[in-house]
Amino acid sequence: MSELKKYKELALGGNIEKGGTAVDFKTGDWRSSRPVYNPENCIQCLFCWVYCPDSAVILKDGKVAGFNLEHCKGCGICAHECPGKKKVKAIVMEEEVK
Amino acid sequence: MQKIILAKTGNEAMALAMKQVNPDVVAAYPITPATEIVQIFSQYVADGEVKTEFVAVESEHSAMSACIGSCAAGARTMTGTSSQGLALMYEMIYIAAGLRLPIVMADVNRALSAPINIHCDHSDSMGCRDAGWVHIFSENAQEAYDSMIQAVRIAEHKDVRLPVMVTTDGFIISHGMERIDTLPDAEVQNFIGKYDPLMHLLDVKKPFTIGAINLTDYYFEHRRAMVDAQNNSLKVIKEVGAEFGKKFDTGYGLIEKYQLDDAEVAIVALGSTCGTAKVVIDQLRAKGVKAGLLKIRVFRPFPTEEIAKALENIKTVAVLDRSDSVGGFGGPVFTEIRSALYGSAKRPQIAGFVYGLGGREIDMEQIEGLFMDLKAGKVKADSVSYLGVRE
Ligand code: SF4
Ligand code: SF4
Repeated sequence: MSELKKYKELALGGNIEKGGTAVDFKTGDWRSSRPVYNPENCIQCLFCWVYCPDSAVILKDGKVAGFNLEHCKGCGICAHECPGKKKVKAIVMEEEVK
Repeated sequence: MQKIILAKTGNEAMALAMKQVNPDVVAAYPITPATEIVQIFSQYVADGEVKTEFVAVESEHSAMSACIGSCAAGARTMTGTSSQGLALMYEMIYIAAGLRLPIVMADVNRALSAPINIHCDHSDSMGCRDAGWVHIFSENAQEAYDSMIQAVRIAEHKDVRLPVMVTTDGFIISHGMERIDTLPDAEVQNFIGKYDPLMHLLDVKKPFTIGAINLTDYYFEHRRAMVDAQNNSLKVIKEVGAEFGKKFDTGYGLIEKYQLDDAEVAIVALGSTCGTAKVVIDQLRAKGVKAGLLKIRVFRPFPTEEIAKALENIKTVAVLDRSDSVGGFGGPVFTEIRSALYGSAKRPQIAGFVYGLGGREIDMEQIEGLFMDLKAGKVKADSVSYLGVRE
């Protein structure tokens, strides 16, 4: 976080006066479990990428390449939606405490 | 400019002012004794006399929520409520002010349950006094009409940007028919001007976030900024009131002094009681009693300096509160005035009187009695009493 502003320097009513600022907010801080990717079970359907509410699934050349753990909040939606291969999921959630 | 003289109740006068403001959005839910404001306004909408989008909601909480959404979207927004309705809005009242949205609301002051009661006291709007709204009282329907128009300018002023609540006294003003001077529609439109929302959510070229979380690091700074906005509004309210007076002959300030400058005994009051007090003062003056009134028109921002100055030469002051801060030392007007006077060199003797709760009548005899007690030195300074209750 940059230097804290004084009250007269702030935007009216606490508005954030530009778009796309979610990228500056590290939601990964409060994650209690993380998605773990196993490419062997992945069919590249990209459901995880579509469903992730924080755009935290990283694609490389159109294929899943891992997770942005600064923004992944550990909700587990990707793992829930993942069909995997032969009913074996390509994403499983693991407790952060491990 | 020719004014149009009409017979109007307070509610009709406020609805007419809203019609002439012709806001983009009104979201409201009816409640006694403010029902007619919404009802009459919705008739204007149905008859095509305004261009307003009328949002009929299912509760007052939703009414204020819809007002917040529409104001954030860039629409000039108004609403009206009373009592329990205002209480149900409470959560959103703070949000409207904190987000610095210039919503204008008519509130018809009415007691809060329990026991259930539909009559006038100031408990409802006084309960919102710390929320950040500009809070204006009216002595009669004329003031309510004039203040509703001025409120638009005050709220939207770039140095203020706060919601404004204009109140009348339930039934006493809201349902009392009066002769009022009204303005032609075009004059009202010229006076309020075009609304510039500065930023609005429908502006796709300038996306922004409204209502983001502020924790220990920024919440305090944003509340502090609201204090500046309230202080700025002192000047803006006076400027707008003076301009209104210049254009339409009746000027407005933060307070009104009635026979106060040479008064020996004075009372301080808000709202309709001021009208009754003026008649009593005229009668007492004819008998040689130097009685005076300080009427507070604007309770938020509290005009501390003007009040302290207005009262500095009075020997004994009685402050009338039409609401009580149960368990506190006196009603809100008393505590604020006493605090305002603490620093004055010739600190007047001051006593608080809570009166008129739940619409209990205050008549001329009671006010005269109060003045005579003040004059006879029968009022104990620094005390709080209950006027007109069976003890
Ligand atoms: S756990 Fe939730 S936030 Fe993290 S990658 Fe999966 S869907 Fe996205
Ligand atoms: S949802 Fe599962 S199978 Fe589909 S791309 Fe993501 S990880 Fe691979």
